[in-house]
Amino acid sequence: LDINERDGGKGKLESRKFQKENRTHLPRLSSRGSLSKELYKILFFFRWLVLAIAMVRFYMEKGTHRGLYKSVQKTLKFFQTFALLEVRIVPTSVLVTGVQVSSRIFMVWLITHSIKPIQNEESVVLFLVAWTVTEITRYSFYTFSLLDHLPYFIKWARYNFFIILYPVGVAGELLTIYAALPYVKKTGMFSIRLPNKYNVSFDYYYFLLITMASYIPLFPQLYFHMLRQRRKVLHGEVIVEKDD
Amino acid sequence: MKHYEVEILDAKIREKLCFLDKVEPHATIAEIKNLFTKTHPQWYPARQSLRLDPKGKSLKDEDVLQKLPVGTTATLYFRDLGAQISWVTVFLTEYAGPLFIYLLFYFRVPFIYGHKYDFTSSRHTVVHLACICHSFHYVKRLLETLFVHRFSHGTMPLRNIFKNCTYYWGFAAWMAYYINHPLYTPPTYGAQQVKLALAIFVICQLGNFSIHMALRDLRPAGSKTRKIPYPTKNPFTWLFLLVSCPNYTYEVGSWIGFAIMTQCLPVALFSLVGFTQMTIWAKGKHRSYLKEFRDYPPLRMPIIPFLL
Repeated sequence: LDINERDGGKGKLESRKFQKENRTHLPRLSSRGSLSKELYKILFFFRWLVLAIAMVRFYMEKGTHRGLYKSVQKTLKFFQTFALLEVRIVPTSVLVTGVQVSSRIFMVWLITHSIKPIQNEESVVLFLVAWTVTEITRYSFYTFSLLDHLPYFIKWARYNFFIILYPVGVAGELLTIYAALPYVKKTGMFSIRLPNKYNVSFDYYYFLLITMASYIPLFPQLYFHMLRQRRKVLHGEVIVEKDD
Repeated sequence: MKHYEVEILDAKIREKLCFLDKVEPHATIAEIKNLFTKTHPQWYPARQSLRLDPKGKSLKDEDVLQKLPVGTTATLYFRDLGAQISWVTVFLTEYAGPLFIYLLFYFRVPFIYGHKYDFTSSRHTVVHLACICHSFHYVKRLLETLFVHRFSHGTMPLRNIFKNCTYYWGFAAWMAYYINHPLYTPPTYGAQQVKLALAIFVICQLGNFSIHMALRDLRPAGSKTRKIPYPTKNPFTWLFLLVSCPNYTYEVGSWIGFAIMTQCLPVALFSLVGFTQMTIWAKGKHRSYLKEFRDYPPLRMPIIPFLL
Protein backbone atom coordinates (compact mmCIF):
# COMPACT_ATOMS: atom_id res chain seq x y z
CA LEU A 1 0.00 0.00 0.00
CA ASP A 2 1.22 3.52 -0.68
CA ILE A 3 1.46 5.68 2.35
CA ASN A 4 -1.80 7.49 2.06
CA GLU A 5 -3.26 10.63 3.36
CA ARG A 6 -6.52 9.95 4.99
CA ASP A 7 -9.50 12.10 5.39
CA GLY A 8 -11.89 12.26 8.29
CA GLY A 9 -14.99 10.13 8.62
CA LYS A 10 -13.69 7.27 6.52
CA GLY A 11 -13.24 9.44 3.45
CA LYS A 12 -10.91 8.87 0.58
CA LEU A 13 -7.16 8.95 0.21
CA GLU A 14 -4.57 10.65 -1.93
CA SER A 15 -1.41 8.91 -2.93
CA ARG A 16 1.63 10.33 -1.25
CA LYS A 17 3.67 9.96 -4.38
CA PHE A 18 1.19 12.30 -5.99
CA GLN A 19 1.65 14.82 -3.22
CA LYS A 20 5.40 14.70 -3.52
CA GLU A 21 5.10 15.72 -7.14
CA ASN A 22 2.83 18.63 -6.48
CA ARG A 23 3.88 19.67 -2.99
CA THR A 24 0.56 21.42 -2.54
CA HIS A 25 -1.67 18.31 -2.58
CA LEU A 26 -3.62 19.74 -5.46
CA PRO A 27 -4.77 17.41 -8.20
CA ARG A 28 -3.34 18.82 -11.39
CA LEU A 29 -5.74 18.92 -14.29
CA SER A 30 -3.37 17.63 -16.93
CA SER A 31 -1.59 14.97 -14.90
CA ARG A 32 -4.81 13.17 -14.14
CA GLY A 33 -5.90 13.32 -17.73
CA SER A 34 -9.54 13.78 -18.34
CA LEU A 35 -11.53 16.87 -17.62
CA SER A 36 -14.52 14.73 -16.80
CA LYS A 37 -12.87 13.55 -13.59
CA GLU A 38 -12.61 17.13 -12.37
CA LEU A 39 -16.19 17.76 -13.33
CA TYR A 40 -17.26 14.78 -11.28
CA LYS A 41 -15.51 16.25 -8.25
CA ILE A 42 -17.43 19.47 -8.59
CA LEU A 43 -20.61 17.49 -9.04
CA PHE A 44 -19.93 15.51 -5.89
CA PHE A 45 -19.41 18.73 -3.97
CA PHE A 46 -22.83 19.90 -5.00
CA ARG A 47 -24.51 16.62 -4.29
CA TRP A 48 -23.31 16.62 -0.71
CA LEU A 49 -24.41 20.23 -0.42
CA VAL A 50 -27.85 19.26 -1.70
CA LEU A 51 -28.02 16.50 0.88
CA ALA A 52 -27.00 18.86 3.67
CA ILE A 53 -29.59 21.41 2.69
CA ALA A 54 -32.28 18.72 2.52
CA MET A 55 -31.39 17.58 6.01
CA VAL A 56 -31.40 21.05 7.48
CA ARG A 57 -34.72 21.92 5.84
CA PHE A 58 -36.29 18.75 7.12
CA TYR A 59 -35.20 19.42 10.66
CA MET A 60 -36.41 22.98 10.57
CA GLU A 61 -39.81 21.98 9.25
CA LYS A 62 -40.43 18.96 11.39
CA GLY A 63 -38.48 19.84 14.51
CA THR A 64 -37.43 16.22 14.95
CA HIS A 65 -35.01 13.79 13.43
CA ARG A 66 -37.67 11.10 13.13
CA GLY A 67 -38.32 10.31 9.53
CA LEU A 68 -35.19 12.19 8.48
CA TYR A 69 -33.59 9.09 7.12
CA LYS A 70 -36.70 8.22 5.18
CA SER A 71 -36.76 11.56 3.42
CA VAL A 72 -33.10 11.72 2.50
CA GLN A 73 -32.62 8.06 1.79
CA LYS A 74 -33.30 8.21 -1.93
CA THR A 75 -30.77 10.97 -2.41
CA LEU A 76 -28.29 9.32 -0.11
CA LYS A 77 -28.51 5.92 -1.78
CA PHE A 78 -28.33 7.42 -5.23
CA PHE A 79 -25.23 9.43 -4.49
CA GLN A 80 -23.55 6.88 -2.28
CA THR A 81 -23.85 4.26 -4.99
CA PHE A 82 -22.49 6.76 -7.46
CA ALA A 83 -19.54 6.99 -5.14
CA LEU A 84 -18.40 3.78 -6.79
CA LEU A 85 -17.13 6.04 -9.50
CA GLU A 86 -14.88 7.71 -6.98
CA VAL A 87 -12.76 4.62 -6.95
CA ARG A 88 -11.57 5.58 -10.41
CA ILE A 89 -11.70 9.34 -10.12
CA VAL A 90 -10.10 10.37 -6.87
CA PRO A 91 -6.28 10.34 -7.06
CA THR A 92 -5.88 7.44 -4.69
CA SER A 93 -5.05 3.80 -4.39
CA VAL A 94 -7.91 1.85 -5.92
CA LEU A 95 -7.82 -0.78 -3.21
CA VAL A 96 -8.10 1.68 -0.33
CA THR A 97 -10.76 3.86 -1.93
CA GLY A 98 -12.60 0.67 -2.74
CA VAL A 99 -12.57 -0.32 0.92
CA GLN A 100 -13.88 3.07 2.01
CA VAL A 101 -16.62 3.19 -0.58
CA SER A 102 -17.72 -0.36 0.16
CA SER A 103 -17.94 0.37 3.86
CA ARG A 104 -20.19 3.36 3.13
CA ILE A 105 -22.31 1.28 0.79
CA PHE A 106 -22.45 -1.41 3.45
CA MET A 107 -23.85 1.09 5.98
CA VAL A 108 -26.39 2.54 3.58
CA TRP A 109 -27.70 -0.63 1.93
CA LEU A 110 -27.03 -3.44 4.33
CA ILE A 111 -27.83 -1.65 7.54
CA THR A 112 -30.03 1.40 7.27
CA HIS A 113 -31.93 0.41 4.15
CA SER A 114 -32.51 -3.20 5.12
CA ILE A 115 -33.23 -2.79 8.79
CA LYS A 116 -36.18 -0.42 8.93
CA PRO A 117 -36.60 -0.22 12.72
CA ILE A 118 -33.27 1.55 13.18
CA GLN A 119 -33.90 4.28 10.63
CA ASN A 120 -35.16 6.63 13.30
CA GLU A 121 -32.24 6.17 15.63
CA GLU A 122 -30.29 9.25 16.62
CA SER A 123 -27.10 7.47 15.69
CA VAL A 124 -28.15 7.56 12.03
CA VAL A 125 -28.26 11.34 12.16
CA LEU A 126 -24.86 11.28 13.77
CA PHE A 127 -23.08 9.55 10.93
CA LEU A 128 -25.14 11.26 8.23
CA VAL A 129 -24.06 14.64 9.56
CA ALA A 130 -20.45 13.53 9.93
CA TRP A 131 -20.29 12.14 6.38
CA THR A 132 -22.01 15.19 4.90
CA VAL A 133 -19.78 17.77 6.52
CA THR A 134 -16.66 15.79 5.74
CA GLU A 135 -17.52 15.34 2.12
CA ILE A 136 -18.54 18.95 1.60
CA THR A 137 -15.23 20.05 3.07
CA ARG A 138 -13.26 17.60 1.01
CA TYR A 139 -14.93 18.29 -2.29
CA SER A 140 -14.90 22.03 -1.83
CA PHE A 141 -11.18 21.60 -1.23
CA TYR A 142 -10.86 19.83 -4.57
CA THR A 143 -13.11 22.31 -6.34
CA PHE A 144 -11.32 25.40 -5.08
CA SER A 145 -7.98 23.83 -5.84
CA LEU A 146 -9.08 23.32 -9.40
CA LEU A 147 -10.00 26.96 -9.65
CA ASP A 148 -6.53 27.71 -8.29
CA HIS A 149 -8.03 29.79 -5.53
CA LEU A 150 -7.88 27.85 -2.30
CA PRO A 151 -8.89 29.85 0.75
CA TYR A 152 -6.78 28.87 3.74
CA PHE A 153 -9.97 28.20 5.65
CA ILE A 154 -10.89 25.31 3.39
CA LYS A 155 -7.49 23.73 3.80
CA TRP A 156 -7.68 24.34 7.56
CA ALA A 157 -11.14 22.82 7.66
CA ARG A 158 -10.09 19.76 5.73
CA TYR A 159 -7.27 19.01 8.11
CA ASN A 160 -9.03 19.91 11.34
CA PHE A 161 -12.69 18.96 11.05
CA PHE A 162 -11.80 15.29 10.94
CA ILE A 163 -10.54 15.49 14.51
CA ILE A 164 -14.16 15.72 15.66
CA LEU A 165 -15.98 14.36 12.63
CA TYR A 166 -14.14 11.08 12.38
CA PRO A 167 -14.91 9.86 15.90
CA VAL A 168 -18.46 11.22 15.59
CA GLY A 169 -19.01 9.35 12.34
CA VAL A 170 -17.56 6.14 13.73
CA ALA A 171 -19.68 6.46 16.87
CA GLY A 172 -22.78 6.94 14.74
CA GLU A 173 -22.01 3.92 12.62
CA LEU A 174 -21.20 1.67 15.57
CA LEU A 175 -24.27 2.71 17.54
CA THR A 176 -26.45 2.10 14.51
CA ILE A 177 -25.07 -1.39 13.96
CA TYR A 178 -25.45 -2.11 17.66
CA ALA A 179 -29.06 -0.96 17.57
CA ALA A 180 -29.71 -3.26 14.64
CA LEU A 181 -28.41 -6.39 16.36
CA PRO A 182 -31.58 -7.53 18.19
CA TYR A 183 -33.65 -7.24 15.01
CA VAL A 184 -31.06 -9.17 13.01
CA LYS A 185 -30.94 -11.93 15.60
CA LYS A 186 -34.69 -12.22 15.80
CA THR A 187 -35.35 -12.35 12.06
CA GLY A 188 -32.22 -14.26 11.02
CA MET A 189 -31.98 -11.98 8.00
CA PHE A 190 -29.26 -12.41 5.35
CA SER A 191 -28.31 -15.72 6.93
CA ILE A 192 -27.89 -19.23 5.52
CA ARG A 193 -28.25 -22.27 7.73
CA LEU A 194 -27.09 -25.88 7.40
CA PRO A 195 -27.90 -28.28 5.89
CA ASN A 196 -27.84 -27.04 2.31
CA LYS A 197 -26.55 -28.14 -1.08
CA TYR A 198 -23.41 -26.02 -1.00
CA ASN A 199 -22.34 -26.85 2.52
CA VAL A 200 -21.89 -23.31 3.67
CA SER A 201 -23.43 -21.16 6.35
CA PHE A 202 -23.49 -17.48 7.12
CA ASP A 203 -24.74 -15.72 10.20
CA TYR A 204 -25.34 -12.03 9.64
CA TYR A 205 -25.54 -11.42 13.39
CA TYR A 206 -22.00 -12.68 14.02
CA PHE A 207 -20.84 -10.95 10.86
CA LEU A 208 -22.01 -7.64 12.31
CA LEU A 209 -20.28 -8.37 15.61
CA ILE A 210 -17.04 -9.02 13.76
CA THR A 211 -17.53 -5.86 11.72
CA MET A 212 -17.92 -3.84 14.89
CA ALA A 213 -14.82 -5.44 16.37
CA SER A 214 -12.83 -4.58 13.26
CA TYR A 215 -13.26 -0.89 14.00
CA ILE A 216 -10.98 -1.36 17.01
CA PRO A 217 -7.77 -1.99 15.10
CA LEU A 218 -8.72 0.13 12.10
CA PHE A 219 -9.94 3.37 13.66
CA PRO A 220 -6.80 4.30 15.68
CA GLN A 221 -4.51 3.56 12.77
CA LEU A 222 -6.43 5.78 10.39
CA TYR A 223 -6.98 8.50 12.95
CA PHE A 224 -3.33 8.78 13.92
CA HIS A 225 -2.32 8.68 10.32
CA MET A 226 -4.57 11.67 9.65
CA LEU A 227 -3.04 13.45 12.61
CA ARG A 228 0.43 12.88 11.20
CA GLN A 229 -0.71 14.18 7.82
CA ARG A 230 -2.19 17.21 9.51
CA ARG A 231 1.07 18.03 11.29
CA LYS A 232 2.90 17.72 8.03
CA VAL A 233 0.56 19.83 5.94
CA LEU A 234 -0.39 22.55 8.38
CA HIS A 235 2.79 22.81 10.38
CA GLY A 236 5.35 21.69 7.84
CA GLU A 237 6.80 19.10 10.14
CA VAL A 238 9.14 16.61 8.56
CA ILE A 239 8.12 13.14 9.57
CA VAL A 240 10.18 10.12 8.65
CA GLU A 241 7.66 7.40 7.85
CA LYS A 242 8.38 3.86 8.92
CA ASP A 243 9.19 1.92 5.78
CA ASP A 244 7.39 -1.25 4.85
CA MET B 1 46.74 -5.90 -6.23
CA LYS B 2 44.85 -2.72 -5.51
CA HIS B 3 42.55 -2.91 -2.57
CA TYR B 4 39.21 -1.20 -2.34
CA GLU B 5 37.76 0.81 0.46
CA VAL B 6 34.08 0.42 1.18
CA GLU B 7 32.00 2.81 3.20
CA ILE B 8 28.48 1.90 4.16
CA LEU B 9 25.91 4.61 4.83
CA ASP B 10 22.38 4.40 6.09
CA ALA B 11 20.09 4.89 3.09
CA LYS B 12 17.59 7.05 4.94
CA ILE B 13 19.65 9.33 7.16
CA ARG B 14 22.98 9.02 5.31
CA GLU B 15 24.84 8.37 8.51
CA LYS B 16 28.14 6.54 8.10
CA LEU B 17 27.71 3.12 9.62
CA CYS B 18 30.85 1.31 8.69
CA PHE B 19 34.16 1.75 6.93
CA LEU B 20 35.98 -1.22 5.50
CA ASP B 21 39.46 -0.86 4.17
CA LYS B 22 41.67 -3.35 2.33
CA VAL B 23 38.75 -5.05 0.65
CA GLU B 24 39.75 -7.42 -2.14
CA PRO B 25 38.56 -6.41 -5.63
CA HIS B 26 36.93 -9.80 -6.19
CA ALA B 27 35.07 -9.66 -2.93
CA THR B 28 31.39 -10.36 -3.36
CA ILE B 29 28.52 -8.45 -1.80
CA ALA B 30 27.91 -11.51 0.37
CA GLU B 31 31.40 -11.18 1.82
CA ILE B 32 30.95 -7.47 2.41
CA LYS B 33 27.69 -8.21 4.21
CA ASN B 34 29.54 -10.61 6.48
CA LEU B 35 32.14 -7.95 7.26
CA PHE B 36 29.37 -5.47 8.01
CA THR B 37 27.75 -7.89 10.41
CA LYS B 38 30.94 -7.98 12.43
CA THR B 39 30.55 -4.32 13.37
CA HIS B 40 26.74 -4.47 13.64
CA PRO B 41 25.86 -7.96 14.84
CA GLN B 42 22.13 -7.21 15.05
CA TRP B 43 22.02 -6.84 11.27
CA TYR B 44 22.80 -10.35 10.06
CA PRO B 45 23.42 -10.65 6.29
CA ALA B 46 19.89 -11.81 5.43
CA ARG B 47 18.50 -8.55 6.80
CA GLN B 48 20.86 -6.35 4.83
CA SER B 49 19.97 -4.63 1.62
CA LEU B 50 23.01 -2.95 0.11
CA ARG B 51 22.67 -0.70 -2.89
CA LEU B 52 24.63 1.78 -4.93
CA ASP B 53 21.88 4.36 -4.75
CA PRO B 54 19.74 5.01 -1.65
CA LYS B 55 16.60 4.53 -3.70
CA GLY B 56 17.97 1.99 -6.13
CA LYS B 57 17.69 -1.76 -6.38
CA SER B 58 19.41 -4.10 -3.96
CA LEU B 59 22.71 -5.52 -5.04
CA LYS B 60 22.87 -9.29 -5.36
CA ASP B 61 25.00 -11.42 -3.08
CA GLU B 62 26.93 -12.77 -6.07
CA ASP B 63 27.87 -9.31 -7.42
CA VAL B 64 31.60 -8.72 -7.41
CA LEU B 65 32.98 -5.44 -6.10
CA GLN B 66 35.30 -4.65 -8.96
CA LYS B 67 32.57 -5.25 -11.53
CA LEU B 68 30.34 -2.58 -9.98
CA PRO B 69 30.39 1.01 -11.26
CA VAL B 70 32.37 2.30 -8.29
CA GLY B 71 35.74 3.91 -7.77
CA THR B 72 38.35 2.44 -5.47
CA THR B 73 36.38 3.94 -2.60
CA ALA B 74 32.92 2.49 -2.94
CA THR B 75 29.92 3.98 -1.20
CA LEU B 76 27.12 1.55 -0.45
CA TYR B 77 23.78 2.39 1.07
CA PHE B 78 22.25 0.11 3.67
CA ARG B 79 18.62 -0.62 4.33
CA ASP B 80 17.34 -2.88 7.09
CA LEU B 81 14.92 -5.41 5.68
CA GLY B 82 13.61 -6.24 9.11
CA ALA B 83 13.66 -9.53 10.94
CA GLN B 84 13.94 -12.40 8.50
CA ILE B 85 12.80 -15.96 8.56
CA SER B 86 13.85 -18.77 6.27
CA TRP B 87 11.56 -19.88 3.47
CA VAL B 88 11.80 -23.47 4.61
CA THR B 89 10.56 -22.55 8.09
CA VAL B 90 7.65 -20.57 6.67
CA PHE B 91 6.62 -23.34 4.29
CA LEU B 92 6.80 -26.04 6.93
CA THR B 93 4.72 -24.03 9.38
CA GLU B 94 2.09 -22.92 6.91
CA TYR B 95 1.62 -26.47 5.56
CA ALA B 96 1.76 -28.39 8.83
CA GLY B 97 -1.10 -26.24 10.16
CA PRO B 98 -3.78 -27.25 7.64
CA LEU B 99 -2.75 -30.90 7.84
CA PHE B 100 -3.26 -30.94 11.59
CA ILE B 101 -6.28 -28.62 11.73
CA TYR B 102 -8.28 -30.55 9.14
CA LEU B 103 -7.80 -33.74 11.16
CA LEU B 104 -9.15 -32.04 14.29
CA PHE B 105 -12.41 -31.46 12.42
CA TYR B 106 -12.37 -34.89 10.76
CA PHE B 107 -12.14 -36.67 14.08
CA ARG B 108 -14.75 -34.29 15.49
CA VAL B 109 -12.71 -33.27 18.45
CA PRO B 110 -14.88 -31.83 21.30
CA PHE B 111 -16.15 -28.24 21.30
CA ILE B 112 -16.39 -27.96 17.52
CA TYR B 113 -19.73 -29.61 16.86
CA GLY B 114 -22.40 -30.49 19.42
CA HIS B 115 -21.35 -32.82 22.26
CA LYS B 116 -23.35 -35.72 20.93
CA TYR B 117 -21.09 -35.76 17.85
CA ASP B 118 -17.75 -35.87 19.71
CA PHE B 119 -15.38 -38.37 18.09
CA THR B 120 -18.10 -39.73 15.84
CA SER B 121 -17.44 -40.58 12.23
CA SER B 122 -19.24 -39.34 9.13
CA ARG B 123 -21.44 -41.86 7.33
CA HIS B 124 -20.53 -40.44 3.91
CA THR B 125 -17.71 -42.09 1.96
CA VAL B 126 -16.84 -38.81 0.27
CA VAL B 127 -15.99 -37.24 3.63
CA HIS B 128 -13.36 -39.92 4.29
CA LEU B 129 -12.05 -39.58 0.77
CA ALA B 130 -11.81 -35.82 1.16
CA CYS B 131 -9.77 -36.22 4.31
CA ILE B 132 -7.35 -38.53 2.52
CA CYS B 133 -6.99 -36.12 -0.40
CA HIS B 134 -6.54 -33.04 1.76
CA SER B 135 -4.00 -34.74 4.00
CA PHE B 136 -2.14 -36.21 1.05
CA HIS B 137 -1.93 -32.77 -0.52
CA TYR B 138 -0.28 -31.19 2.48
CA VAL B 139 2.02 -34.13 3.22
CA LYS B 140 3.17 -33.88 -0.37
CA ARG B 141 3.83 -30.17 0.09
CA LEU B 142 5.82 -30.76 3.28
CA LEU B 143 7.96 -33.43 1.65
CA GLU B 144 8.55 -31.25 -1.38
CA THR B 145 9.67 -28.41 0.86
CA LEU B 146 12.16 -30.67 2.58
CA PHE B 147 13.46 -32.64 -0.38
CA VAL B 148 12.51 -31.13 -3.70
CA HIS B 149 12.39 -27.35 -3.82
CA ARG B 150 15.47 -25.25 -4.44
CA PHE B 151 14.90 -21.74 -3.16
CA SER B 152 16.54 -18.73 -4.80
CA HIS B 153 16.06 -16.61 -1.72
CA GLY B 154 17.00 -17.88 1.70
CA THR B 155 14.70 -15.69 3.73
CA MET B 156 11.60 -13.52 3.74
CA PRO B 157 10.37 -10.85 6.19
CA LEU B 158 9.17 -12.26 9.50
CA ARG B 159 5.68 -10.78 9.30
CA ASN B 160 4.98 -12.93 6.24
CA ILE B 161 4.69 -15.99 8.41
CA PHE B 162 1.76 -14.48 10.30
CA LYS B 163 0.04 -13.39 7.14
CA ASN B 164 0.58 -16.71 5.37
CA CYS B 165 -0.37 -18.89 8.30
CA THR B 166 -3.56 -16.92 8.88
CA TYR B 167 -4.51 -17.53 5.26
CA TYR B 168 -3.71 -21.25 5.11
CA TRP B 169 -4.83 -22.19 8.60
CA GLY B 170 -7.93 -20.00 8.45
CA PHE B 171 -9.17 -21.45 5.19
CA ALA B 172 -8.31 -25.01 6.23
CA ALA B 173 -10.43 -24.62 9.37
CA TRP B 174 -13.28 -23.03 7.45
CA MET B 175 -13.39 -25.78 4.80
CA ALA B 176 -12.88 -28.61 7.27
CA TYR B 177 -15.72 -27.35 9.45
CA TYR B 178 -18.30 -27.84 6.72
CA ILE B 179 -16.98 -30.97 5.09
CA ASN B 180 -16.85 -32.82 8.40
CA HIS B 181 -20.06 -31.33 9.76
CA PRO B 182 -22.77 -33.75 10.94
CA LEU B 183 -25.18 -31.92 8.61
CA TYR B 184 -22.90 -32.20 5.58
CA THR B 185 -24.74 -32.78 2.28
CA PRO B 186 -22.92 -35.07 -0.19
CA PRO B 187 -22.56 -34.03 -3.86
CA THR B 188 -25.72 -33.78 -5.95
CA TYR B 189 -24.59 -36.24 -8.62
CA GLY B 190 -23.33 -38.80 -6.15
CA ALA B 191 -20.59 -41.30 -6.88
CA GLN B 192 -20.19 -40.15 -10.50
CA GLN B 193 -19.35 -36.65 -9.40
CA VAL B 194 -16.96 -37.87 -6.74
CA LYS B 195 -15.15 -40.21 -9.16
CA LEU B 196 -14.69 -37.50 -11.76
CA ALA B 197 -13.48 -35.03 -9.15
CA LEU B 198 -11.05 -37.58 -7.72
CA ALA B 199 -9.61 -38.22 -11.17
CA ILE B 200 -9.07 -34.51 -11.71
CA PHE B 201 -7.47 -34.21 -8.28
CA VAL B 202 -5.07 -37.14 -8.74
CA ILE B 203 -4.01 -36.09 -12.24
CA CYS B 204 -3.33 -32.56 -11.08
CA GLN B 205 -1.39 -33.71 -8.03
CA LEU B 206 0.80 -35.91 -10.23
CA GLY B 207 1.17 -33.05 -12.67
CA ASN B 208 2.13 -30.59 -9.96
CA PHE B 209 4.72 -33.00 -8.59
CA SER B 210 6.15 -33.64 -12.06
CA ILE B 211 6.62 -29.94 -12.64
CA HIS B 212 8.33 -29.50 -9.28
CA MET B 213 10.76 -32.28 -10.13
CA ALA B 214 11.40 -30.84 -13.58
CA LEU B 215 12.12 -27.41 -12.11
CA ARG B 216 14.44 -28.94 -9.54
CA ASP B 217 16.41 -30.72 -12.24
CA LEU B 218 16.89 -27.43 -14.03
CA ARG B 219 18.90 -26.04 -11.19
CA PRO B 220 21.97 -27.77 -9.78
CA ALA B 221 22.24 -28.06 -5.99
CA GLY B 222 23.39 -24.88 -4.25
CA SER B 223 23.17 -22.72 -7.35
CA LYS B 224 20.79 -19.92 -8.17
CA THR B 225 20.89 -20.22 -11.95
CA ARG B 226 17.75 -19.71 -13.98
CA LYS B 227 16.97 -21.51 -17.20
CA ILE B 228 13.95 -21.86 -19.46
CA PRO B 229 11.99 -24.97 -18.45
CA TYR B 230 11.11 -27.36 -21.30
CA PRO B 231 8.88 -30.44 -21.58
CA THR B 232 10.59 -33.73 -20.72
CA LYS B 233 9.64 -37.35 -21.39
CA ASN B 234 7.07 -37.12 -18.61
CA PRO B 235 3.71 -36.31 -20.28
CA PHE B 236 2.68 -34.14 -17.37
CA THR B 237 5.49 -31.72 -18.23
CA TRP B 238 4.18 -31.23 -21.76
CA LEU B 239 2.05 -28.46 -20.31
CA PHE B 240 5.26 -26.40 -20.44
CA LEU B 241 4.53 -26.04 -24.16
CA LEU B 242 1.54 -23.90 -23.33
CA VAL B 243 2.21 -22.22 -19.97
CA SER B 244 5.14 -20.77 -18.07
CA CYS B 245 3.99 -21.99 -14.66
CA PRO B 246 2.23 -25.32 -15.08
CA ASN B 247 2.77 -26.06 -11.40
CA TYR B 248 0.24 -23.33 -10.64
CA THR B 249 -2.08 -24.58 -13.35
CA TYR B 250 -2.08 -28.05 -11.81
CA GLU B 251 -2.49 -26.61 -8.33
CA VAL B 252 -5.63 -24.72 -9.31
CA GLY B 253 -6.85 -27.89 -11.03
CA SER B 254 -6.35 -29.90 -7.83
CA TRP B 255 -8.42 -27.50 -5.79
CA ILE B 256 -11.15 -27.35 -8.41
CA GLY B 257 -11.23 -31.13 -8.25
CA PHE B 258 -11.48 -31.00 -4.48
CA ALA B 259 -14.29 -28.42 -4.69
CA ILE B 260 -16.28 -30.62 -7.07
CA MET B 261 -15.65 -33.63 -4.86
CA THR B 262 -16.91 -32.00 -1.70
CA GLN B 263 -19.44 -29.61 -3.31
CA CYS B 264 -18.51 -27.12 -0.64
CA LEU B 265 -18.66 -23.39 -1.37
CA PRO B 266 -15.79 -22.42 0.98
CA VAL B 267 -13.54 -24.78 -0.99
CA ALA B 268 -14.57 -23.04 -4.20
CA LEU B 269 -13.80 -19.67 -2.63
CA PHE B 270 -10.41 -20.91 -1.45
CA SER B 271 -9.69 -22.10 -4.99
CA LEU B 272 -10.68 -18.72 -6.36
CA VAL B 273 -8.49 -16.77 -3.97
CA GLY B 274 -5.59 -19.14 -4.59
CA PHE B 275 -6.09 -18.84 -8.32
CA THR B 276 -6.00 -15.05 -8.11
CA GLN B 277 -2.75 -15.07 -6.14
CA MET B 278 -1.13 -17.68 -8.35
CA THR B 279 -2.10 -15.76 -11.46
CA ILE B 280 -0.30 -12.71 -10.09
CA TRP B 281 2.78 -14.82 -9.38
CA ALA B 282 2.59 -16.55 -12.76
CA LYS B 283 2.36 -13.25 -14.60
CA GLY B 284 5.37 -11.96 -12.69
CA LYS B 285 7.37 -15.08 -13.44
CA HIS B 286 6.33 -14.97 -17.10
CA ARG B 287 7.41 -11.35 -17.36
CA SER B 288 10.82 -12.04 -15.86
CA TYR B 289 11.30 -15.03 -18.20
CA LEU B 290 10.51 -12.77 -21.14
CA LYS B 291 12.91 -10.13 -19.88
CA GLU B 292 15.73 -12.54 -19.22
CA PHE B 293 15.50 -14.80 -22.27
CA ARG B 294 15.30 -13.43 -25.80
CA ASP B 295 14.36 -16.79 -27.22
CA TYR B 296 11.48 -17.48 -24.86
CA PRO B 297 8.77 -19.58 -26.56
CA PRO B 298 6.08 -17.19 -27.79
CA LEU B 299 3.16 -19.63 -27.56
CA ARG B 300 3.31 -19.79 -23.76
CA MET B 301 0.84 -17.99 -21.51
CA PRO B 302 1.51 -17.46 -17.79
CA ILE B 303 -0.99 -19.87 -16.21
CA ILE B 304 -3.96 -20.86 -18.42
CA PRO B 305 -3.22 -22.11 -21.92
CA PHE B 306 -4.16 -19.54 -24.56
CA LEU B 307 -6.10 -17.44 -22.08
CA LEU B 308 -4.26 -16.02 -19.11
